[in-house]
Amino acid sequence: MSDTLIRLAGVEKSFVKGKEKISIFEHLDMTIPRGDFVAIMGPSGSGKTTLLNLLGGIDSPTAGEIQFAGERIDSHSERQLSKWRSDHVGFIFQFYNLMPMLNAAQNVELPLLLKPLSASQRKNNVAAALEVVSLSDRAKHFPREMSGGQQQRVAIARAIVSDPQMLLCDEPTGDLDRTVADEILGVLQLLNRELGKTIVMVTHDPAAARYAKRTLHLDKGKFVEREELAA
Amino acid sequence: MSLASQVSAVVSMNVKSIGQRFWPSVSTALAVALVVVVLLSFLAMANGFQKTMRGAGRDDIAIVLRAGSQAELNSGLTRDQVRLIGEGPGVVRDANGDAVISSELYLIVDGVKRDTGTKANLPLRGIGAAGAGLRDGLKIVEGRMFASGANELLVGRALQREFRGFDVGSTVRFGKTQWTVVGAFETGGTVFESEFWADLPVVQSLFNRGAAVQTVRAKMTSPEAVAQLKAYSDNDPRLKLDVVSENAYFADQASGTTNLIAKLGWPLAIAMAFGAIAGALNTMYSSVASRTREIATLRAIGYGGFPAFVGTLVESLVLAAIGGVIGAAAAFLFFDGLSAATLGASFTQVVFQFALTPALMLNGLILGMVIGLIGGLLPAMRAARIPIVAGLAER
Ligand SMILES: Nc1ncnc2c1ncn2[C@@H]1O[C@H](COP(=O)(O)OP(=O)(O)O)[C@@H](O)[C@H]1O
Ligand SMILES: [Mg+2]
Repeated sequence: MSDTLIRLAGVEKSFVKGKEKISIFEHLDMTIPRGDFVAIMGPSGSGKTTLLNLLGGIDSPTAGEIQFAGERIDSHSERQLSKWRSDHVGFIFQFYNLMPMLNAAQNVELPLLLKPLSASQRKNNVAAALEVVSLSDRAKHFPREMSGGQQQRVAIARAIVSDPQMLLCDEPTGDLDRTVADEILGVLQLLNRELGKTIVMVTHDPAAARYAKRTLHLDKGKFVEREELAA
Repeated sequence: MSLASQVSAVVSMNVKSIGQRFWPSVSTALAVALVVVVLLSFLAMANGFQKTMRGAGRDDIAIVLRAGSQAELNSGLTRDQVRLIGEGPGVVRDANGDAVISSELYLIVDGVKRDTGTKANLPLRGIGAAGAGLRDGLKIVEGRMFASGANELLVGRALQREFRGFDVGSTVRFGKTQWTVVGAFETGGTVFESEFWADLPVVQSLFNRGAAVQTVRAKMTSPEAVAQLKAYSDNDPRLKLDVVSENAYFADQASGTTNLIAKLGWPLAIAMAFGAIAGALNTMYSSVASRTREIATLRAIGYGGFPAFVGTLVESLVLAAIGGVIGAAAAFLFFDGLSAATLGASFTQVVFQFALTPALMLNGLILGMVIGLIGGLLPAMRAARIPIVAGLAER
């Protein structure tokens, strides 16, 4: 594998609830090379979503370092993080999180409104992103007029439209049946193989994890070997 | 430039989402509309009443009343006083050298309203020979002038419209007296149109008033001459009188009622506005709550909190503006030109028309927008502060 895209070193994440301190991660280390496709599995409440939020810069660690392409993001201000996310991260959610009042093309265009692009440039990029997910013919359709699989493909188009290096997917097929899930996972695999996107995908579905290059198991805030988990 | 496009994108999303909360949005807009209608109804009433009262007065006609009597009904003048006024400075004289003055007696009679069937006090004015000539724009629109010495009534057009049984040709009874309505008159919508007029000596005798009069109206050579007449009266111990221009008299009579209407209207509208603000707050908080995950998603993508703030505020203002326009339009349709009768001077009925002006409607719209602004501000702040992680976890 080539160079490192993400490095977590000694990351601690804890919450104070009343007088109690709840630790999700006490000391987490992790390295993700550029171009990786890593699945993260683990029981509910093990910290998978929290880990994705930290990687995506929508949450900050209590202690420790998070580096992205050699740059520390854990010390960024909220404003810097906003800008950083719009440049480098695409999010894909379990329930798609599309804007119901916008059609597919308008949903996909949202991240581009943060960029200094002309309307025609935005239109071209939106068309290209919809093309990648094979939804060019649904550009004018609203979320309520589309199936779950189609909505998730719109969400994927939105995540890639401004060409970020990293895609973070939280249970992207959790709400979809097997066949549709396989289509979505196929699209993610294509994005990883053909476009070189680095993908971190949280899933509880072993079949989904098989689309990734490797799988990490998280339990009680630590990465564990599969055998340990089974035991 | 990116902030502008973020804000405009989020604002348009908010506005488009109004339809998704159709009924709460409709009820918020209607609450604002109701407040605006109530406010405008009072303002239109006050304005119309004021117009009616103001229009009646001339500045070169002096009204003479007993000192401190304030209104015609309470006034009373002796025959001597009337003669001395006629000799006063600045009073216009006719070709025969007689002063152009009208002694008048002002009585209250009963009438029955057409719409409600309820009884109301109506003014009957006995006027002197010069009386009709002292009213600007007087037009007999039906029938004829009363004949001197006859039990004949002239009825004001507005009064005739609002009260039943005063058609020209009909016979009416006031107490023990019997009258024939011989004509109807207009004075350009002024307060006089709410009166009956009859020949002064006839009124005096039928109502057993002897030679008593209550007021004198005197035609003056100029507006300034009113002050001369007042000075003349003040210097003569026999004349304990108030001398004011007709103009000032009506303005003073109107101001009490106008103020009352306006002072009732604003507090009532503002009290209702608090209710509408509560409604708007509720609608906008639920708007923000229902869009929490959407807002958090936008934040994750890289949008700032400010567009969420503006979007929510604009949504609230749009609802308020819709309500304000509906309210102003409804007020215009229902109230503008609506004829009404209210207690005017001396507790008699004054018939007037509600008058809604663009300036008054602007008042209503501004109040509506203030409701939208206050009702949207706190929810907008909440929208801007939605934490991303928790917002995304929202179902
Ligand atoms: N803001 C918070 N305050 C307190 N506890 C939290 C907070 N966010 C998450 N947690 C807790 O942290 C643990 C990990 O949550 P999460 O990352 O969502 O797990 P997963 O995605 O693996 O199900 C859970 O026990 C959850 O209750
Ligand atoms: Mg989770």
